[in-house]
Amino acid sequence: MFGTFDSPDQRNLLDRTGQGIIGKGLDRPEAGLKVTGRATYAAEYRPENCADGVLVTATVAQGKILQIESEKIEALPGVLGIFTDKLMLRRPAQGTAGRAPAQDPRQIEYHGQPLALVVAETFEQAMHAAKALCITYERHHDVPYDPETAPSEPAEKPIILGDLDEAMANAAHKVDATYETAGHASAAMEPHASIASWQGDDLTIWGSFQMISHNVKELADALRIAPKRVRILSPYVGGGFGSKLGISHDAVAAALAAKALGRPVRVVLTRQQVFTTIMRRSETRQRLRLAADGDGRLTGLGHEAWVSNLPQESFAEPVTQATQFLYGGENRKLCVNIARISRLTAGSVRAPGEAVGMQALEAAMDELAERAGLDPIELRKRNLPSSEPGKDRPYSSRMLAEALDQGAAAFGWHERQPKPCMTREGEWWIGLGVASAARVNMLMPAAARVRLEPDGSLLVQSDQTDIGTGSYAILGQIAGEMLGVPIERVRVELGDSELPSGAGSGGSFGASSTGSAVFRACEAIRDRLAHRLGARSDRLDLRNGIASSGERSAPVAELLRGYALEEIGRIKPGKTQIDYAQASYGAFFCEVAVNAFTAETRIRRLLGVFGFGRVLNQKTARSQCLGGMVWGIGSALSEELSFDLRDGRLMNHDLEQYHLPVHADIPDLDVILLEERDTAASPLQAKGVGELGICGTAGAIANAVYNACGVRAYSFPITPDRLIDRLPEPLT
Amino acid sequence: MRPFEYRRATKPSDISAADRIIAGGTNILDLMKLEVEVPAQIIDINPLGMTEISEIDGGLRIGAMVRNTDCAADARVRRDYPLLARAILAGASPQLRNRATTGGNLCQRTRCSYFMQPEARCNKRDPGTGCDALHGVNRSHAIFGASENCIATYPGDMAVALLALGASVEILGRTGTRSVPIGDFHRLPEHQPAKDNLLEPGELISSVTLPPAMGGAQIYRKVRDRSSFAFALVSVAAAITIADGRIRHAALAFGSVAHKPWQDPAVETALVGQEPSLKLFAQAADLLVGKAKAQSGNAFKIPLLRRALIAVLSEATNTEA
Repeated sequence: MFGTFDSPDQRNLLDRTGQGIIGKGLDRPEAGLKVTGRATYAAEYRPENCADGVLVTATVAQGKILQIESEKIEALPGVLGIFTDKLMLRRPAQGTAGRAPAQDPRQIEYHGQPLALVVAETFEQAMHAAKALCITYERHHDVPYDPETAPSEPAEKPIILGDLDEAMANAAHKVDATYETAGHASAAMEPHASIASWQGDDLTIWGSFQMISHNVKELADALRIAPKRVRILSPYVGGGFGSKLGISHDAVAAALAAKALGRPVRVVLTRQQVFTTIMRRSETRQRLRLAADGDGRLTGLGHEAWVSNLPQESFAEPVTQATQFLYGGENRKLCVNIARISRLTAGSVRAPGEAVGMQALEAAMDELAERAGLDPIELRKRNLPSSEPGKDRPYSSRMLAEALDQGAAAFGWHERQPKPCMTREGEWWIGLGVASAARVNMLMPAAARVRLEPDGSLLVQSDQTDIGTGSYAILGQIAGEMLGVPIERVRVELGDSELPSGAGSGGSFGASSTGSAVFRACEAIRDRLAHRLGARSDRLDLRNGIASSGERSAPVAELLRGYALEEIGRIKPGKTQIDYAQASYGAFFCEVAVNAFTAETRIRRLLGVFGFGRVLNQKTARSQCLGGMVWGIGSALSEELSFDLRDGRLMNHDLEQYHLPVHADIPDLDVILLEERDTAASPLQAKGVGELGICGTAGAIANAVYNACGVRAYSFPITPDRLIDRLPEPLT
Repeated sequence: MRPFEYRRATKPSDISAADRIIAGGTNILDLMKLEVEVPAQIIDINPLGMTEISEIDGGLRIGAMVRNTDCAADARVRRDYPLLARAILAGASPQLRNRATTGGNLCQRTRCSYFMQPEARCNKRDPGTGCDALHGVNRSHAIFGASENCIATYPGDMAVALLALGASVEILGRTGTRSVPIGDFHRLPEHQPAKDNLLEPGELISSVTLPPAMGGAQIYRKVRDRSSFAFALVSVAAAITIADGRIRHAALAFGSVAHKPWQDPAVETALVGQEPSLKLFAQAADLLVGKAKAQSGNAFKIPLLRRALIAVLSEATNTEA
């Protein structure tokens, strides 16, 4: 009965239900546990007799292990074993892989690759032994570390429409600029951690994961066992940002050691190991070519990107993802090229594609606006196509123009000086900048169980994870709204692989996909209740435990007759995903101050205005947007993975040296949410919001920097060294 | 972390030459976890007191165990040596400053990434192995006083302010106490980069003394990649007094540009007796950076230091750009 989502759901059922909790900014039900330290994270379980394992990592970038001098280490106090099993992971798994990534760590592919696991009675003993383990290598030379000099190949077939070169040649206004963005770490607060415990042939893993149903398959494949033998428990996850989409070294190593030792084993990556062994976002080089006619309408759009990854990895940072649908321009060349280098695996980190792609595109649009003599908002509005270029499919919904206009009014955009270097306050140049926000919307396969208990309370269950995003809150709100149950009587259980498979947390799709599965389970229960009431389900009103339809009315508990009603709801992407261009949209407005002497850039104000379909929870959605904007500030101003090009070594592998924004970097942030219904996106009329806040932020910041001091940023992050040579002389 | 022996000192003479001293522990514990530092014996000097700030000869004596937070909050420090309070508050985070001590802060080690990664070659960590920073990632490294053996910087803020304020370091050893000007306490790498400062094994900083306050404008400017919890790219400490429209006294020190807090008396001499002007400041700044030598990845530090000094002198003398 329930399956693919093939045509828009225009019933907008959630606007006709009466409980009144959908969309409300309700607190997260687990918030109290988290802020009081009682929510149990992966490494905090205490199974009896649990040993601790510490990974040993490679100190060369390519080569193979000649010898591991384990005898001395095995004799150290507390040491239980040294594991170099062929099944241990060489690389972490990419998101939605569903199978094991590269295994056998004895072949070394990047500096910092895990090679062995040392297990001891205590963490301290294991750490000491791991550090003392002597490994001799056969080191390979002439290894490519530098993406600028390594050969590259197209990651996929380029999109070429018309003749971009000709459009550029004939353009009234044009931009041809190359931007560089630094590599990023996902830098989740909770490090990757697993506790493995075997009961016979059955494995239980307490771990930190984003997509449990995929992670079960990856783990089973890596261990060469049947998926049904693997149970993952991940009720609370301290952030993932893409790095926990797939399994990583900790889980497999813990499982193998636990099997061999016949007792539970815990493996927690050190902060440094999280940086050197998990996913990085590739650095990018991006050439943007914009050709416009005399009115500023795009006639050509080129976006060519160069990114990097290890050999054989299929993931290439999808830099041009939003460029495909955001603006017009009939002559196009969009492509991503990938260089194969020996650095840690590149994969999904915080809005892969748009986070850095929009950064460059929106900076180039600002430059075009200046050349065309147009306000940057006007330029963008003139270039919103009526259908997706090259595909001629309609947009499911798009609030971009509204976001630009409402943001401009709220921010005071009219106060912006059209020319740079016009506002100086003491040592500081002040400037304003704007950028569009866009992120593709995806509906993913998902299932969820909803159980209406005999007493009228509700239980919602899915293996969907909550990585700090609000899954517990919104899934409960959807079910409570659909079945007329007050939120206090709704319980949500997540993060257990024995529960129906949700979409997982990634690509901003968790809420709308797993939420749709909950919605559909609730619809089935509504049908059954309507039947029992003798009413049509589309006329059924459920609120506060009372079912009514016209003259008929009965307490739901009475209709249940002492038995629970339970349904599993399912959703799969269908024709709506093909028939419509689907994305979430918005706009960023930023005020920066650039120190005329020291070239330090500081954010003064940052506003994001977003339209992403139905807002399921005002508070959690707003928090997602705020978090994304903070990442955007990091991407614009401070975050940069720094590699030694001589041996591929990551030089800044902790939170002291890798500069995430700190509180003092985050001033007055504001978010405006635009209510919208996207009937083609999901039965909830909701789209993704999780990553939207980062998709374009850094472009707005770069544009504000230009407006302040007259220097275009072509290299990110915009640290003082990247500006100082071009800043105006402060003394004149 | 390697196993080690831990003792608590009850009197200064408990400290032997084989001991590594721990005070606040904010730096050494990190380095021990990374096995950059692998001491066999740790002696904890927290029981030794030295937590007083007292007035001496018109100046102040700050005990070695005075926490950074307490020092920066002290009314006398805030009134007479605001430069010191500002420099302390520009560093680390409140939690770290609550633990970190005056003596320990002076003894903190460089944040050179190669020093912090035990498998990299580093003459400071493992003498004779070489310097991977020399042709590596050296954006944060020295532009003054480096040697081919080491281009690391002293990373702290407090010591830069103390240098501009003319402080001295009191050192307690087996044979008694000695006092050295703070400008002599830290050293340049030369052929012995492993040695950060003059402390000999078994010696202990007991206090830091400040001469009488000189008044005037005191400014600490820290240029950094983010607004807090980042080491300086460059920093400038300045204490300037003006009399009759002319600069009467100028004390300047510069941070994160050398293996020690940096000072250049010629720059101060060029300022003293002159009328403040942007031209004068530019001349002084040019004089300073004329002697700088960039590494492969930090040429930006030279114009940055130049401009930072001009900004600080302008602010200190209310000279408008």
